[in-house]
Amino acid sequence: MALQSSMRWRYLKEGLFFGLVRLSAFVITAALGGLLFYIIFNGLGAISWDFLTLAPTDSMTKGGIMPAILGTVYLTLGAIAIALPLGIVSAIYLTEYARQGPLVRVIRIGVNCLAGVPSIVFGLFGLGLFVVFLQFGSCILSGALTLGILILPTIIGASEEALKGVPQTFREASLALGVSKWQTIYRIVLPSALPGILTGSILGIGRAAGETAPIMFTAAAFFTAKLPSSIFDEVMALPFHVYVLATAGTHIEATRPIQFGTVLVLVGLVLVVDLIAIIIRSTIRKRKRW
Amino acid sequence: MTRRLKEIIIKRIFFLFACVSILILGLIVAFLFREGIPIFRIVSVRDFLLGGEWYPTFDPPAFGIWPLIVGSFIVTFLSTFIAVPLGVLSAVYISEVAPRPMKEILKPLIELLAGIPSVVLGFFGMVVLAPWLQDTFDLPTGLNIVNASLMLAVMAIPTISSIAEDALYAVPREFKEASYALGATKSETILKVIIPSALSGISTAVILGMARAIGETMVVLMVAGGAAAIPESLFDSVRPMPASIAAEMGEAPFRSEHYHALFATGIVLFLLTLAFNLIADYVSHKFRETGSGTL
Repeated sequence: MALQSSMRWRYLKEGLFFGLVRLSAFVITAALGGLLFYIIFNGLGAISWDFLTLAPTDSMTKGGIMPAILGTVYLTLGAIAIALPLGIVSAIYLTEYARQGPLVRVIRIGVNCLAGVPSIVFGLFGLGLFVVFLQFGSCILSGALTLGILILPTIIGASEEALKGVPQTFREASLALGVSKWQTIYRIVLPSALPGILTGSILGIGRAAGETAPIMFTAAAFFTAKLPSSIFDEVMALPFHVYVLATAGTHIEATRPIQFGTVLVLVGLVLVVDLIAIIIRSTIRKRKRW
Repeated sequence: MTRRLKEIIIKRIFFLFACVSILILGLIVAFLFREGIPIFRIVSVRDFLLGGEWYPTFDPPAFGIWPLIVGSFIVTFLSTFIAVPLGVLSAVYISEVAPRPMKEILKPLIELLAGIPSVVLGFFGMVVLAPWLQDTFDLPTGLNIVNASLMLAVMAIPTISSIAEDALYAVPREFKEASYALGATKSETILKVIIPSALSGISTAVILGMARAIGETMVVLMVAGGAAAIPESLFDSVRPMPASIAAEMGEAPFRSEHYHALFATGIVLFLLTLAFNLIADYVSHKFRETGSGTL
């Protein structure tokens, strides 16, 4: 009898535990689903060809968001152009050249710590170094450099992962043929790791496009009358535009549709970019030849 | 010989590039201190950290960031309290319970959740959660600790979940099999064998989740309410450090006391997250999962 009730208690616990575990997964899915549904439902009405291709008018209560879209594209492309070469070369050194030792450990800790630096601190750093010390002023260049540094650890991590995934036998076969180490890396290892590196960089693009705090003091403007003509011009950017419209406008309630529209464009942009990365990655995994 | 020389040069150059991360970290420290230290000519470090009044634009101004520090910690702890059970349990679901197709859907889904820009979560908190909280609990404002913590939890969950899942996945199969062989149920195996073996990885996940929450700016800037005072209830407004920096830097005159004080707040924030990251690094290396060979 006692045995039976203890068995029943165990079954009950089993059910309870699995219920809880499933519930937590469900809550997260529902949160994401609810959020996306709400944004799409409220934002879709604002989206039109004019909204995407015109500049804001009537002190940002009407018109479109084209300058903000363009600004985000510029900043993001600039950031990736800075972070990609740096990140790939760092990762090659760490995986292909470096011997395990205190020095490599220090570099790795450095990369980890850099990944953990708050985005607002990157903003302060960009302000202190690029805007003030190097006197670039608040502009595309300062913002792109700041964002580039922000996504550097992401790129390094992804590239390292991809390089480690290339089988050791590839390297050995190449070296056995008398090919030098650098040529082995350049001709054999890098091409094999390229799709993985690409995935990481695309995720970096998504991250850079959505960040607000690092560009607040380094690149973003409330409103610019004309489009930027050089990398030393201030730009509007989608995330900053959302923040400005939602908090600083004089007609916050009246511009809600524009706000939802901007949020939808931003979320759409970032999620599509992330989704492309995820799809590329799963395709590589399925097609892997080794 | 030239080939060898070329190889050596390439290696050296690559090494220099790899050091760029360290260099940047050094530059961050240098520039935060360069712009932040001057404030300590006006207030002592002790008064700056523990001073209870933050009135940077008053005459005379008061630069005490204690209410800001308290605000940061309260929203961080409350959001961790919400995010840890959800993050860890969902990791358990993905790694131990979910059927394969479900896993294939859930993992990218959590990645997408991680990709949602923080300004969007802030916006959602302002427009949806704040009015709802205000009406439901009959509050003067919906922009408060609870709101900020909930939105921060949404940010921290993907971090916690994905790192915890890696840790659970790394637990050797033999552990599980031995537990089943002894007649343990699946939930007993998970709770008493798998989770304890993955504990260092899960702790790392929690610490990094907290680091993410304490440094997050847009959410606390938009939904924490912005009152620089020690809160008395969870429905009070607070002004966490990142919110204060982001909100005030635009108005602070260049190289004024206020400007230096905001950089000094940045130093405090940077050192805090650095500590979190170093602890996480230490935990994940020191208490590395015991493999079957080490038992």
